Amino acid sequence: MSEHNTPYLRCEDLSRVFVKKLDLAGRIARSLGSNLREERVQAVDSVDLSVMPGEVLGLVGESGCGKSTLGRMLCDILPRSNGKIYYKGQDVDLLKGQELKEYNVNVQMIFQDPFASLNPRKRVRNIIGEAPLFHGLTTPSECNDYLDNVMQRCGLDPSYKNRYPHQFSGGQRQRIGIARAMAVQPECLVCDESVAALDVSIQAQILNLFMELRNELNLTCLFISHDLGVVEHISDRIAVMYLGRVVEVAPVNEIFESPFHPYTQALLNEVPRLDRRGVDFAPLAGEIPSPLDPPSGCHFHPRCPHAMDICKKEAPVDMEIAPGRRTCCHLATMR
Amino acid sequence: MSTPLLEVKDLHTHFFTRAGVAKAVNGISLTVNEGEVIGIVGESGSGKSVSGFSIMGLVDEPGKVVSGSIRFKGRELLNQSVEEWRNFRGNEVAMIFQDPMMTLNPVLRIDTQMIEAVRAHENVSKAEARKRAIEALAMVGIPSPEERVKAYPHQFSGGMRQRVAIATGLLNRPDLIIADEPTTALDVTIQSQILSEMQQLCRKTGMSLMWITHDLTVIAGLANRVAVMYAGKIIEEGTVEAVLDNPLHPYTEGLVGSVPSRNHRGEPLYQIPGMTPSLINLPKGCAFRMRCPRATEACLQEPPVTEIAEGRRACCFHPNL
Repeated sequence: MSEHNTPYLRCEDLSRVFVKKLDLAGRIARSLGSNLREERVQAVDSVDLSVMPGEVLGLVGESGCGKSTLGRMLCDILPRSNGKIYYKGQDVDLLKGQELKEYNVNVQMIFQDPFASLNPRKRVRNIIGEAPLFHGLTTPSECNDYLDNVMQRCGLDPSYKNRYPHQFSGGQRQRIGIARAMAVQPECLVCDESVAALDVSIQAQILNLFMELRNELNLTCLFISHDLGVVEHISDRIAVMYLGRVVEVAPVNEIFESPFHPYTQALLNEVPRLDRRGVDFAPLAGEIPSPLDPPSGCHFHPRCPHAMDICKKEAPVDMEIAPGRRTCCHLATMR
Repeated sequence: MSTPLLEVKDLHTHFFTRAGVAKAVNGISLTVNEGEVIGIVGESGSGKSVSGFSIMGLVDEPGKVVSGSIRFKGRELLNQSVEEWRNFRGNEVAMIFQDPMMTLNPVLRIDTQMIEAVRAHENVSKAEARKRAIEALAMVGIPSPEERVKAYPHQFSGGMRQRVAIATGLLNRPDLIIADEPTTALDVTIQSQILSEMQQLCRKTGMSLMWITHDLTVIAGLANRVAVMYAGKIIEEGTVEAVLDNPLHPYTEGLVGSVPSRNHRGEPLYQIPGMTPSLINLPKGCAFRMRCPRATEACLQEPPVTEIAEGRRACCFHPNL
């Protein structure tokens, strides 16, 4: 495989199970013969996904579908239950020393909540400056200029360096979060709902900042969001998740023009848009099932308008329906 | 012309804090007609929620409705006694809040709470009240309401809880529902379900709806009329078509322009520079002038509300005509 089409990040059969252990009473009850079991949540269920160098991959899905868990695993801040992650074609598990450090520095995460993700007892200079100092990207004597540069690029006034996070507004805090990630000169950003907590006018400012940084530095980006309008705007490709599984991956134009998976269709159909006036809302029935007890077969079958017998029994396999388009649906197999 | 259902005139609600007086609502005038869905749009801190609270008489210390008038069916609300307020709230106007967990008492079953709400306003038997509760739950699309009515709030999902809150609001058949960001915390598919239920309810019962939100796209699909708030003032008002297609005020223009789906994919979004001013330290004149591309000397004066056409108002010296 040539250098050019090796995915920047790729995951194979990636899974994560959260298990809630039984408490003492539960264990006693079980030893006395009750059929209590540990609660298991399959947050991410054998996901194959790749992010190409320089692209923005949008990851959408409703709450609880596992999109944040997937993002965290790709950044290696959450252990995997199963599966492999490849960084520039290399298995992350086999990386050692300098190579592992390179991966950890090059893939940075930006979090959703600009209030919870910044240490309230640290000054901005320490929040942003700690990592580049540690990684030797700057020296203590040059740190000031380095910080000025990073902050300016992220739209922050460098004279605010000595302030604490609570002295900033929500939008500015999000900029601090971005500056912190950008300070180590990463190649790839994983943005987990990074604009969800912001007002519309501030959201536009932050999205513009993302796009600027991306164009300037040719960043690779995994953009996780539940807001389809935002994802549509900035992504090159989109992956849709439902209950731990990726149900459809396609380039942004194609997915918005001709969504294939019934869930994608419903989701796109329900996005309120500015040019949809006085509509009759025709919602998808039912709710997202509990991940503690997901439906058999295809997870979407209880809500799917096209559900067939096979959907209840067998989980559909991932298949390519057009170049660059994959989906996980029995309808695709039948075609 | 008949009297409008709700008529707010020059309402001021201020919060007297230690740091100074925050003018959360700074002279708004608004009418809601019968059977109308009106959207109130604004960013956080624009005073849209406080406007709703003021109409419900729910402004707490250190906040106070300082001046103005709120008329409901021609009756002045602001000089009501505490007892009259209690009769009014929930009976004639009901409010739905953003977080249904704050509305519902977590230690009481749904039926206890709903029966109490019915009997607070009407002298009916418990059995009758329970029947009404079950009907209301069925109306908002809760499956098997006879059984679900016995559940506790934590046994419902977020979307279902919001439905329970809406059903509780509907119990006494109010003429107006004030909904304060009720779908903001919900997922797209669930939001769509709630919007659909509300839309059908309004059509069926002829009830009016005041939908407070920051999300222009929801308003576009749901409302007939929209009022845009900025720093405690309604800066623009009109039909949804007029406001979203031909915004008069530069703030509305910026707000509409910054919605991602309005822009070309991948191109920079239109952005309003700066941020919302602090309500304690409002600049003199037009509160938007620091961020406004059309600001001039004239904007140092308070811009008057001008009626450009029937029901089409803007508060700007340089409206985009």
